[in-house]
Amino acid sequence: MSRERFDAIVVGAGMSGNAAAYTMASRGLKVLQLERGEYPGSKNVQGAILYANMLEGIVPNFRDDAPLERHLVEQRLWIMDDTSHSGMHYRSHDFNEQRANRYTIVRVQFDKWFAGKVREAGGTILCETTATKLARDGSGNVIGVHTDRAGRPILADVVVLAEGVNGVLGTRMGLRDVPKSQNVALAVKEMHFLPEHVIAERFGLTGDQGCVIEALGTISRGVAGLGFLYTNRDSVSLGIGCLVSGLAESMESPHTLLNGFKCHPSIKPLLAGSEVKEYAAHLIPEGGFRAIPELHGEGWVVVGDAAQLNNAVHREGSNLAMTSGQIAGEAICTIKNQGRPMTKDNLSLYKSMLDKSFVMRDLIKHKDVPALLHTNSQSLFSTYPKLISQAAQGFVRVDGSTKIEKEKAAIDAFIKARSRWGLVSDAVRIARAWR
Amino acid sequence: MHIVVCIKQVPDSSQIRVHPVTNTIMRQGVPTIINPYDLFALEEALRLRDRFALEEKRWLRNPSRGKVTVVTMGPPMAAQALRKALTYGADRAVLVTDRRFAGSDTLATSFALACAIAKIGERFGPPDIIFTGKQTIDGDTAQVGPGIAKRLNIQQLTYIKKVTRIDHLRRSVDVERCLEGGTQFIESKMPCLVTMADGLNTIRRGSIEDSLRAARCSILTWGVADLGVREVDKFGLKGSPTVVKRVFAPTPRAQKSVQLETASKTVGHVADELVAWISSHQPKLADMPLSKSGA
Amino acid sequence: MKLPTQFQDHRHVWVYIELEESQVNPVSIELLGEGRKLADKLGAQLAGVVMGPPKGGGGGPALEEAFAYGADLVYLVESQLLTNYRNEPYTKALTDLVTIHKPEILLLGATTLGRDLAGSVATSLKTGLTADCTELNIDSDGSLAATRPTFGGSLLCTIYTLNSRPQMATVRPRVMSMPERQTKPVGRIIRHELTMVEEEIATKVIGFLADNRSDRPDLAKADVVVGCGLGIGAAINLKHVGALARTIGGEMGCTRPLVQKGWASSFRQIGQTGVTIRPKLYIAAGISGAVQHRVGAEGADLIIAINNDPHAPIFDFAHVGVVADAHRLLPALTKAFSRLMPFRERQLCELRVKAYE
Ligand SMILES: Cc1cc2nc3c(=O)[nH]c(=O)nc-3n(C[C@H](O)[C@H](O)[C@H](O)COP(=O)(O)OP(=O)(O)OC[C@H]3O[C@@H](n4cnc5c(N)ncnc54)[C@H](O)[C@@H]3O)c2cc1C
Ligand SMILES: Cc1cc2nc3c(=O)[nH]c(=O)nc-3n(C[C@H](O)[C@H](O)[C@H](O)COP(=O)(O)OP(=O)(O)OC[C@H]3O[C@@H](n4cnc5c(N)ncnc54)[C@H](O)[C@@H]3O)c2cc1C
Ligand SMILES: Nc1ncnc2c1ncn2[C@@H]1O[C@H](COP(=O)(O)O)[C@@H](O)[C@H]1O
Repeated sequence: MSRERFDAIVVGAGMSGNAAAYTMASRGLKVLQLERGEYPGSKNVQGAILYANMLEGIVPNFRDDAPLERHLVEQRLWIMDDTSHSGMHYRSHDFNEQRANRYTIVRVQFDKWFAGKVREAGGTILCETTATKLARDGSGNVIGVHTDRAGRPILADVVVLAEGVNGVLGTRMGLRDVPKSQNVALAVKEMHFLPEHVIAERFGLTGDQGCVIEALGTISRGVAGLGFLYTNRDSVSLGIGCLVSGLAESMESPHTLLNGFKCHPSIKPLLAGSEVKEYAAHLIPEGGFRAIPELHGEGWVVVGDAAQLNNAVHREGSNLAMTSGQIAGEAICTIKNQGRPMTKDNLSLYKSMLDKSFVMRDLIKHKDVPALLHTNSQSLFSTYPKLISQAAQGFVRVDGSTKIEKEKAAIDAFIKARSRWGLVSDAVRIARAWR
Repeated sequence: MHIVVCIKQVPDSSQIRVHPVTNTIMRQGVPTIINPYDLFALEEALRLRDRFALEEKRWLRNPSRGKVTVVTMGPPMAAQALRKALTYGADRAVLVTDRRFAGSDTLATSFALACAIAKIGERFGPPDIIFTGKQTIDGDTAQVGPGIAKRLNIQQLTYIKKVTRIDHLRRSVDVERCLEGGTQFIESKMPCLVTMADGLNTIRRGSIEDSLRAARCSILTWGVADLGVREVDKFGLKGSPTVVKRVFAPTPRAQKSVQLETASKTVGHVADELVAWISSHQPKLADMPLSKSGA
Repeated sequence: MKLPTQFQDHRHVWVYIELEESQVNPVSIELLGEGRKLADKLGAQLAGVVMGPPKGGGGGPALEEAFAYGADLVYLVESQLLTNYRNEPYTKALTDLVTIHKPEILLLGATTLGRDLAGSVATSLKTGLTADCTELNIDSDGSLAATRPTFGGSLLCTIYTLNSRPQMATVRPRVMSMPERQTKPVGRIIRHELTMVEEEIATKVIGFLADNRSDRPDLAKADVVVGCGLGIGAAINLKHVGALARTIGGEMGCTRPLVQKGWASSFRQIGQTGVTIRPKLYIAAGISGAVQHRVGAEGADLIIAINNDPHAPIFDFAHVGVVADAHRLLPALTKAFSRLMPFRERQLCELRVKAYE
């Protein structure tokens, strides 16, 4: 019996891996997917918001059976100091459209569903199987993977590395560097279970409507970070993500930060009486465009978080992961159909297709943000939120002082904290990074 | 050599909690696992199969590879457990599932499993040994194994630590059995049913070939009709003499514990107080060495 | 629901009396106590079932014990085939007895032997069997209400056997309390012949190897137990627990995680999947008090809990709670106890503790 050989091996069954495997399997390629977790999704932590467009491009009728929690009709951005929050809310009835644009999902279920689609399309998924090494031929071309199970390496024309941000296969094999600590955020998250009607009442939702709160300010104790709260059907995902380098400098433990966030007087009542399940921690790549490694080589491509394809500014990751996986899958199918080998040159098709997509364009747009967050975290995440809160309170509280006095006090406070020059330069820097 | 292993998919009870207010089980997100005791059974079966294959290789030109068949009765979801058993290295899997099996107690469960094993025997050759775990962590009765043995009218060997020897010519097995005070050595006949005690082996990690085979292997699924049994009222709720009338949370003790004040006291002081308390409140301890002091 | 007619003449409560080298296993005595209560509620008789090799006449001390602990009569099966416990002859003997004499309730100890026997007898008789009961009661309509833990002990459920008889149940050692011994003469004995020959039995007992007693403490019988959990922090700290236990003449017990970590042998595990204890004094140090542990420990007369978390669930069922660091309190307790002892006694004890360390 000759050795079995696959057209492609996908390492990882997260968003990007599933997208790649599904794309290839549904186009008739013989695909093997490896997942180190007990089942797809078992190791995956995500807030989580699903952006429908990108998934629609891969599985057009996903709404029929995907485990979607709620469609989002409201987004809140809260700026917090220790006792208060001020913020922006955007809610629109327009989001109650037939094919909603954003959904909350629970990754554990969602990944299982997505992997099920891969199986339906004919892909083979092996769980609890970690790819430990790439198998190479005499000239160094990747020809398959070794796993942590007994047996010979499995062979394939091409290996798709979809192993997520801390995937060690690519870094160990020297295909890319280990992400730097200022380029990754650590997110910790909890699921708070509450009855469906309680969630509906507390957040003013009906039916499948959902709401998102994102919060920044003193909750991250001066580290660049963001708190989030997403409503699921009968649970609330609550978490906080902070740059790893910032955490290291400030010696803050993410767990303490999450506890602080949870106990904040603006958040606490939203969670009252909930049953907490699942505490999890996970890294998010935040290096942006400048941190993207080499994306393809002889017999391999890298997609999703492993390739740092993550838009920290808009907190989008899974859509970039899905789209990069899909594009890699399509490129591989094209090369295969042309009967050409999976060489580095030929696989550059993936890179050029990716460059044309929103993935690279968005990342290029925000390429300077990561550095900004890193160097100005104290003012952005602590000083300003406090000032804004003070100012807001000053205006709301009626205590006999004149409005002019209040305005002046607020402005003085800003200047005192950051100096006139500091304020201007912060504004310029933020504007530049966003441009 | 044909070995059948009965496995059950159970909720991971270490993760089950009772709602403090409603006193109901919170199953939210409680994962299911293969009953841990069944894994000892499965591993022992796989070892026997492999050992047998080695022996045959030594003696025979065309060794017949032994086979391990795993079987479970449960909801369609239980197929996951079977699939997992296949990745550990089992050769084939049978899921016995039908709405009419719902509500089975141990008597009805062992009846259904015995029917399924009989049918497995017809299809794939009669089993030499049937393995079960010593008990499940949800039902926790340790009755299903003996029940199956009785139904199939074969030897039952419970709480077995190890199958030490199999003599195919004489159709006999030697086993070590775990008793309260020690180990019993038993010789018995095949076919027999073995319920495995815990702790002496660890389930293997299947090879990559096992995983690939498991991912592709189709699981046989049998309902009541497939078992070819007329007496359908022996299955499920109807075939179960026992009924659960009431499920409730344990009542908390009426009195909360007496709290010994410890603030601003040294440990020595606390210890002395505690000892004094014990001596005065538990006179039954008169025969303890400490109270012999009399002082 | 009305019981099918063929079962209506089932009467009386039976307790299977388990013998260990011709001694009565204490669990059977506990069951006699429980069976007595059930029989009284039903207005029925309590019978013991004794099976074993021929004793040349009297049936041995088991008979005396059975009557002393409340049996009205004893069914006795004596046969050479019953010398060592083997499933086939025992199942046949008990099944035949039940078929002939028709008990309403049949209780067995949930020991290795009891569970082995009960499972096959119940299946042979096609009747219900409720395992590991923690409470037995007679309902208003006269049926047996057997209560047992479910879902790993987090909940209890009450189970009835409808439509078939006898109603069978097993109970773990030490779950029920030990009744008082009465001085009663040996009463009525009904003998039964086992109709079976050795050739019909496929199983042979070839040998037996007793465990090394020293790492097999008999926790179930101990009067004093010092238990410890993960709160003790490290395996090395077990010596404090052992020292206290030795000083006060008790045994050391532990929670399951300690066994899983390999810090203690599984015979020391107290709880649902370990031993049920019923000591006069149980000192629980660094134990959170999970239900699985609780079900094995709450039968103790006096439970003292030491835990540094004032909200630990163990305080829900302990009699005395001490919020303290177990590492520091345990050695202090050892000292405090030993100070109470007379000098010689103390010296001996210290020697013992030293030898242990
Ligand atoms: C708390 C949190 C909240 C987030 N919220 C959002 C959000 O709201 N919206 C959004 O769009 N994005 C969000 N993201 C980002 C998003 O989750 C990621 O961008 C996305 O999951 C990346 O997908 P991936 O497939 O590249 O990697 P992953 O989803 O991490 O998948 C990698 C998979 O590979 C497996 N694996 C790794 N190594 C191996 C190996 N050697 N062999 C076999 N298997 C291996 C892993 O087990 C894992 O299943 C969030 C992230 C976090 C942590
Ligand atoms: C099917 C099943 C069966 C089980 N069967 C059993 C069983 O038979 N027996 C059993 O015990 N468990 C059993 N368990 C496990 C049980 O659920 C619990 O996990 C276990 O009892 C907890 O053990 P613990 O109290 O030692 O550990 P933990 O729950 O970790 O508790 C440690 C305690 O120590 C306290 N502590 C920490 N430091 C100190 C200090 N310095 N001084 C004082 N206190 C301190 C802590 O506050 C805490 O309360 C079973 C579980 C399952 C799923
Ligand atoms: N539904 C089932 N399907 C397959 N095997 C089972 C099932 N229920 C019990 N068993 C087997 O019987 C053993 C004893 O189970 P129990 O009597 O429930 O404690 C288990 O360890 C399993 O091997």
